[in-house]
Amino acid sequence: MIDKVVTNVHEALLGIEDGMTLMLGGFGLCGIPENSIAELVKKGVSNLTCISNNAGVDDFGLGLLLQQKQIKKMISSYVGENNEFERQMLSGELEVDLIPQGSLAERCRAGGTGIPAFFTPSGYGTEVADGKEVRVFNGKPHILENALTADFAIVKAWKGDVAGNLIFKATARNFNPMMAMAGKITIAEVEELVPVGKLDPNEIHTPGIFVQRIFQGLYFEKRIEQRTLRNK
Amino acid sequence: MALDKDGIAKRIAQELQDRFYVNLGIGIPTLVANYIPEGISVEFQSENGILGMGPFPFSGEEDADLINAGKQTITALNGAVYFDSATSFAMIRGKHVQLTVLGAMEVSENGDIANWKIPGKMVKGMGGAMDLVASAENIIVAMMHTNKKGESKLLKRCSLPLTGVACVKKIVTNLAVLEILPEGGFKLTERAPGVSVEEIQLATEGKLLVEGEIPEMNFN
Repeated sequence: MIDKVVTNVHEALLGIEDGMTLMLGGFGLCGIPENSIAELVKKGVSNLTCISNNAGVDDFGLGLLLQQKQIKKMISSYVGENNEFERQMLSGELEVDLIPQGSLAERCRAGGTGIPAFFTPSGYGTEVADGKEVRVFNGKPHILENALTADFAIVKAWKGDVAGNLIFKATARNFNPMMAMAGKITIAEVEELVPVGKLDPNEIHTPGIFVQRIFQGLYFEKRIEQRTLRNK
Repeated sequence: MALDKDGIAKRIAQELQDRFYVNLGIGIPTLVANYIPEGISVEFQSENGILGMGPFPFSGEEDADLINAGKQTITALNGAVYFDSATSFAMIRGKHVQLTVLGAMEVSENGDIANWKIPGKMVKGMGGAMDLVASAENIIVAMMHTNKKGESKLLKRCSLPLTGVACVKKIVTNLAVLEILPEGGFKLTERAPGVSVEEIQLATEGKLLVEGEIPEMNFN
């Protein structure tokens, strides 16, 4: 067994420097590494390129890094819930690469699995295809998309063990497994860190080989973006 | 009378077939889940990673880890399954989902759709919409026939940045059901109750094809 445990979030994020590329798991505010994001704010690293499906909201998630102007470039698919993001993007302060959600997921997966690029129908005929190679397969045009990798990938899991094996909960899984594979160094922030042998090997979603550092988060707010209820 | 949003959803629900896996977009499409015809089984996929999506939770039962693609809290039905985003789009691009319903800002008479960006104004991103429209065989657009300024959303050519080309086959609006013909043009197939062909013609900028008597939508 290879022990991946680091004692706290500070130690987990050692080595993250200005100008690096980070992947951060999560969809909306669901499944985001909130302890690590808070530490990135504290650390004050800047000029970051962040690959994440969304950009948080104004006062939570990646919105906290945007507020502090720590992000130079965002690679995302949907940023609708963040006014500061929209302001920085429209004013040109923030560089933004918007890419289809499925292509984002697959580009991360490709980055972690040794596939340098792939053809996809998504985005053909749109501005997403600008400058990209087009090829016809089975009579249908496809565009070439390159793999994405990151200096650090930061993911959030429900349970993890000392060896870095991870289990996610419900729809908090989202981008986390692909990003875990695509980081040169992958940091896993978990709600519950357990000894090896406590997780059923049949039920592990991300094998520990993809994870270099793991720690248990001190506190999870798990903010809900759209609390939507039905009547009793 | 023109339909309201629920009316549009009700009409689209008639397109559901037994054993369909269905992806519903944000807005009017979400309402379709409230009107599943009796006697058929369908399963809803949400592209953030669930198949077997159930209704919204009761107060006190909401779970921050369980949301839909609109970031709303949801529940999971018995038999539901969770998966990562790459697997989710494997289902979509791999044509394992039988019906996609989504909203649009504009649709052109050759089936192009625009629904993700207003240059210089609205920058939200395409989310999963480009993957959905690029691959789905069966796409229904649910939208109002005209925008807030009263301008037609069914156009000769889209003026906004495209989400996908030549992909929309059917549109259900507050005024009508229309099919997009392979050679181009909106073929009027049904009218909302009490709405005349002339009203639909007036609200349609693109080429409208009217052949014979056009029946009213049937909600019985």
